[in-house]
Amino acid sequence: MSRNTESNTYTVLFAAAMVLIVGSLLAFVAQSLKGKIAENKRIEKQQNILYAMGVNDNKEGSVNFIPKDKVDEDFSKYIVKQYVVKGTTATENDKAYLIDIKKEAEKAKKPSYTRRLPLFVGKNNDKYYYIVPVRGKGLWDAIWGYIALNKNLVIQGVYFDHAGETPGLGANIKERFFMDEFTGEHIFKGKTFEGVDVLKGNADPKNLDKTDCQVDAIAGATITGNGVTAMLKKDLQMYVPYLETLKQ
Amino acid sequence: MGFLTKKDLKLITDPLADNNPITVQVLGICSALAITAQLKAAIVMAFSVMFVLAMGNVVISLMRNIIPPKIRIIAQLVIAAALVIIVDQVLKAYSYELSKQLSVFVGLIITNCIIMGRFEAFALANTPWKSFLDGIGNAAGYGIILVIVAFFRELLGSGSLLGIKVLGDSIKKTGVYAYGYQNNGFMLLAPMALITLGIIIWIQRSKNTTLIEEN
Repeated sequence: MSRNTESNTYTVLFAAAMVLIVGSLLAFVAQSLKGKIAENKRIEKQQNILYAMGVNDNKEGSVNFIPKDKVDEDFSKYIVKQYVVKGTTATENDKAYLIDIKKEAEKAKKPSYTRRLPLFVGKNNDKYYYIVPVRGKGLWDAIWGYIALNKNLVIQGVYFDHAGETPGLGANIKERFFMDEFTGEHIFKGKTFEGVDVLKGNADPKNLDKTDCQVDAIAGATITGNGVTAMLKKDLQMYVPYLETLKQ
Repeated sequence: MGFLTKKDLKLITDPLADNNPITVQVLGICSALAITAQLKAAIVMAFSVMFVLAMGNVVISLMRNIIPPKIRIIAQLVIAAALVIIVDQVLKAYSYELSKQLSVFVGLIITNCIIMGRFEAFALANTPWKSFLDGIGNAAGYGIILVIVAFFRELLGSGSLLGIKVLGDSIKKTGVYAYGYQNNGFMLLAPMALITLGIIIWIQRSKNTTLIEEN
């Protein structure tokens, strides 16, 4: 060996070159696959929205979306209108599902910015669904979901997902046993907005009382559950002025 | 001399049984528990590890004379991490649902002890071709155990294989369900993977007594 691989100069130069090469390789890969990944995310979003309004291939106990190749067709079939909500008014916008609610929430931190709130109106078997996207924080990372309401503002179906909750505990918010609990649950107590509380040890663990605005929490996932509660309270609240105009 | 010498072949076949990374060396257990509830995820994980391990072994082996010994672990980690990120991105682009299912575990290939173990113990001291074979062999040994565990867990836990309901429909009560058979939900939980793995190790050691340590 002519090279002295032990020397400090060599070590530093090697490290620098290695980082440079690996870095540019990864940047190239990420850049060339970006389009495909974005397309997958868009399809997933449409699947999630349709899932919440009950358009899915669910079988016993498991979550099944409609197939990828049918998504575009079904999305335009079932989602009849897309709105952008501001206060009590809603403007139609057929690209509303592309609004990034994470970025909107960031921008809304400036008081001068009025947040654009996407709302999807679905129609299936002559029933109308109002689907609201929500986003919040779990224990480790972001959690988000889609809540389908009917005209009387009763939940018809939900879909939750997460970026990195604990497998087997918090990650179970995307399991049927948890999501199905929300179906039929009220988000108003009388005339006041309540959201839905994910609670441990509530008086109704079997969830027979749908008007109590409570569902049973997952054992061992308290913080994720609280995150779901907070997410529903905060994000549904923003739609309340408009949703109330539907109720009449 | 053929394409593969006897010695080369041994590099591939050894880790399949007598020097299996999971059942004999007991490496890579965490991922073996986590992603074996379904056969499909196990197969994809096995191939992802095979790609990372074989490629990584070759790259490390090619660079074995220029890697400064002082930072060799860091260099190995960077190479493993880069390959894993490539696998992750490719899965996200071409098999999105699967990448969601594997979620954090693809990223965790980086910390899979088999990878660093083979880089350090084999690739740093051997030629690229040998290292490549060693990578394929060890990943295959890992993959075989993964697939066996996943086969039993999916069959007994969900009554299906690769998502196909081979035992009949549990709601409509067809197939074996008509005779009162029930899926064992416990099989889907991580502890049962450990027990399945234990049984595999038991069977292997009873067949090959040289593996049993003397007290």
